Amino acid sequence: MTFVRMQRRVTTASALGLLLIAPPCYAQTVAAGTKEPPMTSQVQSPTSARPRAAAEDTAIRPFRIRVPKAELVELRRRIMATRWPEKETVADHSQGVPLAMVRELARHWATDYDWRKGEAKLNAVPQFVTMIDGLDIHFMHARSKHANALPLIVTHGWPGSIIEQLKIIDPLTNPTAYGGNASDAFHVVIPSMPGYGFSGKPTSTGWGPERMGRAWAELMKRLGYTRYVAQGGDWGAFVVDQMGLQAPAGLLAIHTNMPATVPADVDKALLAGGPAPSGLSGEEQLAYKQLERTFKQVDYARLMASRPQTLYGIADSPVGLAAWLLDHNDADGQPAAAVASALNRTTSATGELTRDEILDNITLYWLTNTGVSASRLYWEYKGGFFNAKGVSIPVAVTVFPGEQYQAPRSWTERAYPKLIYYNKVDKGGHFAAWEQPQLFAAEVRAAFRSLR
Amino acid sequence: MDTSLEATTEDKSIRPFRAKVSDEALADLRRRIQATRWPDKETVADRSQGAQLVMLQELVQYWGSGYDWRKAEAKLNALPQFMTSIDGVDIHFIHVRSRHENALPVIITHGWPGSVFEQIKLIGPLTDPTKYGGRVEDAFDVVIPSLPGFGFSARPTEAGWGLERIGRAWGVLMKRLGYTRYVAQGGDWGAGVVQAMGRQVPAGLLGIHTNLPAAVTNDVGAVLGGGPAPAGLSEKERSAINDLSAYVQNGGLAYLVMMGARPQAVGYGLTDSPAGLAGWMLVHGGFDKWTYGKDPKQSPTRDDVLDNFTLYWLTNTAASSARIYWENRGRDLISSAAQKTDEISVPVAITVFPDEVFRAQETWARRAFRNLIYFHEADRGGHFAMWEHPELFAAEVRAAFKSLR
Repeated sequence: MTFVRMQRRVTTASALGLLLIAPPCYAQTVAAGTKEPPMTSQVQSPTSARPRAAAEDTAIRPFRIRVPKAELVELRRRIMATRWPEKETVADHSQGVPLAMVRELARHWATDYDWRKGEAKLNAVPQFVTMIDGLDIHFMHARSKHANALPLIVTHGWPGSIIEQLKIIDPLTNPTAYGGNASDAFHVVIPSMPGYGFSGKPTSTGWGPERMGRAWAELMKRLGYTRYVAQGGDWGAFVVDQMGLQAPAGLLAIHTNMPATVPADVDKALLAGGPAPSGLSGEEQLAYKQLERTFKQVDYARLMASRPQTLYGIADSPVGLAAWLLDHNDADGQPAAAVASALNRTTSATGELTRDEILDNITLYWLTNTGVSASRLYWEYKGGFFNAKGVSIPVAVTVFPGEQYQAPRSWTERAYPKLIYYNKVDKGGHFAAWEQPQLFAAEVRAAFRSLR
Repeated sequence: MDTSLEATTEDKSIRPFRAKVSDEALADLRRRIQATRWPDKETVADRSQGAQLVMLQELVQYWGSGYDWRKAEAKLNALPQFMTSIDGVDIHFIHVRSRHENALPVIITHGWPGSVFEQIKLIGPLTDPTKYGGRVEDAFDVVIPSLPGFGFSARPTEAGWGLERIGRAWGVLMKRLGYTRYVAQGGDWGAGVVQAMGRQVPAGLLGIHTNLPAAVTNDVGAVLGGGPAPAGLSEKERSAINDLSAYVQNGGLAYLVMMGARPQAVGYGLTDSPAGLAGWMLVHGGFDKWTYGKDPKQSPTRDDVLDNFTLYWLTNTAASSARIYWENRGRDLISSAAQKTDEISVPVAITVFPDEVFRAQETWARRAFRNLIYFHEADRGGHFAMWEHPELFAAEVRAAFKSLR
C-alpha cells in the first residue's frame, strides 16, 4: 500500500465517527447518540457548532462517546503485533517499566479487556462540549438532586483524564447514599484539559494552566454558576492555583491535593540540588527529602517540557504509549506504587484502583490520539513546580501519604494565608480521587463545609 | 593491562561476518511504516518542540517506499566484517587493513544516534591516503567496532557496560587482532570510550584523538551552572559558553537526560514504531542543520541517515542503545572532572568542529589534558563531522597522530 493511500484510509476511519475533533463528524456522533436531556437551559442544537468566529459560539452541546468498532479492532491488532525490546538489564524498576509488567498488561489489553465497559461508565454521566477561547472543551456535568448543592469544578492531571474522577461523582452529588448529609451535596463539573481526552487539541501555543484557569471560569459562568469552588491534583492543582490567583467572580475557594507550598528559599535550594536550608522542622526536612526524590523522578516531565514532538512512538504504538504513561512516579515508587499494584487487581468492591481502570485511561489516550498533545502541556508551562504561588483566596488542602511530598502545615499556612482546611489522611496517593474515592469525597466535603 | 577479561574459557575466535537481513524483516518494516499513526502537528513553526511533523512524514514516506536497505547492506558487506566475543558479549567490527606496510592501526568508535555507518566514508581516505591527497606514511589500518547494544554487536543482558568496560574490551580487541602499537579515535560516546582507554592505557595504545573532548573544566562548568565567569575569558570562549548554555537552557539535552533516567520507558515506543524511532533520533543536536536530504550535496544524505536508522530498527537496538546513557548517567561526557581527564597520561589530540554543540577551547583543553599533542579548530563540520566531511576528518586524524608514528 502506498503512503498516500494509507493517509486516505486513516481519514476514512476518522470520518466513521470517532473523530471527536472534527466538528462535522462530532455533530453526527451527537445526533446519533444523545439520550440524556440537556442539563442546562443553554443547550443549543449541535448543528450550530462552527469554528471559532468573532463572536464565539457559546453553545453547550450534548456529547456521547461512541468509538467505532474498527478503531478497537485496529488497537487490538497493533497490540498483538507489538515488537518488543529486550528485557531491562536490572532486576528492579530503575530503567523504566519492566518488560514483564508491560507484556502482561498488553496481553490482557489485547484479549479480555473491554473498552465498551469504560465507554459505558463515561456515557452514564452527562457529557457536553462547548467552545471556549477557540477550543472545544469536553466536560462531564453531574447535577445533584439536592437543591442547595455547591457547584464544583474538578480538574485531572497527566497521565490521567476525567476517568480519574469517575468514582467521586456519585459520592459528591449524592452524599446521603455514602454516609454524608444532603447539605454536603455538590454539582460536579469535570472538564477534559485542552489536548486531553475528548477536548480539542490546541493548534497554536498558549494553552497553559493560566489560560485553562480562565477557560474554567468561563465554563462555570456559561453553566450559570455564580458561586462555586474548584478542586485539582497534579496539573489540576496548577490550574486551581491559577484560578486562585485570577480569583474570577463566583469562585469561593479551591481545594488541592497537590499543594504548591514550598517557600522561595527552600525551592531555590531544591532546584540547585543543594542541602536543605538550616532551621527546617522535622516535618519540613521530611518534605525536603521527598521533593529531592521527586525531582530525580521527573525526567519524563523535563523531556515533555522540552521536546514533546519527539514522542512519535506513543502516537504509533499502543504499548509505547502505555509504558510512557505508566512510568509516572508516586511517593512509593516509579512506576507509581498505586498503579503497579492496581495492575494485579482485577476487581475491587471498595473502589480501589483496578487494572481495567488503568487501561480505560490508557485506551482513552490511544483512541483520541492525545499522547503528544497532552505532553505539550509541559512545554507550555514555564513556571515553578511546588513553589508557593501567592494565592490569596480561601484554600483547602488535603495531604495524601503517597503524594509527591507531604506538604507541612507550616509551609501550607504561609503559602495560602487564607487556609480554611488542612488535613493529613492515612491512605491514598498521587491519584487520590482514583485510588480512594470515598475518602477523597469526604475530604472535599469537609474542605468546603465552612463556605456553604 | 587488565587481563581478567581474557578469561580462559572465553572463545577468542574472530569470525567473519556478513549482514544479511531477511526479506520478511524488511517487509515488516515497510508495513509498519505504512501503517504509521501520526500525532497532530506541532504548535510552533520551528523545531523547538522536536522533529517537525511534515518533515518527518516526508522522510518516513520515502523510508517506506523508495529507500533500499539492500544498498546499505551491500556497502557494509563490501568491507571485511567480523564478530568476536569479548567479556561475554559478541562484538561486531569492521576491519580494513591498508595495503601500506607501515600503516598505523586506529580503532574508531561511534556514538548515539550513530553507528558504524558514520565511519564508512572515512575508511577509504584513512586506509588509502594517496588516493585522497595524502601520503603513504599517513596510512592507517582501521578497526570500527559497534558499541555493545548497538548495531550488530550483541545487546548486554546485564548491567555494567559503561565506558570503562567498553574501553577495556577495545583493548582486548586490538590485542586479539595482533596490534601492539595503535591509536584510538572517538566522538560522542566514542569520545568517552577513548578517554576511558586513555586512563586505562592498554598495552600498545600510543594516543587518542577526540572530536568531543571533556574539556569543560570545573571553572567553566561553574559558569555554565550560572556562576561568575573567571577573569580573562576571551570573546571566543565566552561565546562558546553562551552557546552551550543556551542550548542546554532550551532543552537540547532533554533526550539525553531521559534516556539516562528511564531507557526502558523510552524504548517501548521506539522499538514498536519506525516513525517513533526516527522522530526520537532526529532530536539530537547533530541533526539541527540537517536538511532531510533537501540539499543533495549535504552529507549525510537522506539515504545515509536512513541506513543508520534502519540498522537500529533491524537490529532492534533502540532500548539497548538508550541504555548506554543509563550506564553512564551522572557522568557528563564533556566534563573533565566526570571523565577524569587528569588520569589520562597518553598523548591526546583534539579537533574542534565549529557546529559541534560544545566548542572546546584550547586553554580549557590544555588544563583538562596534560599531554595535549594536537589541537585544531576545523573550519567546517559539526557533531557528525566524519559523516559530513570525511576527507577533512581524515586529514585531521592524519595530522593528529603524525608525531606518534
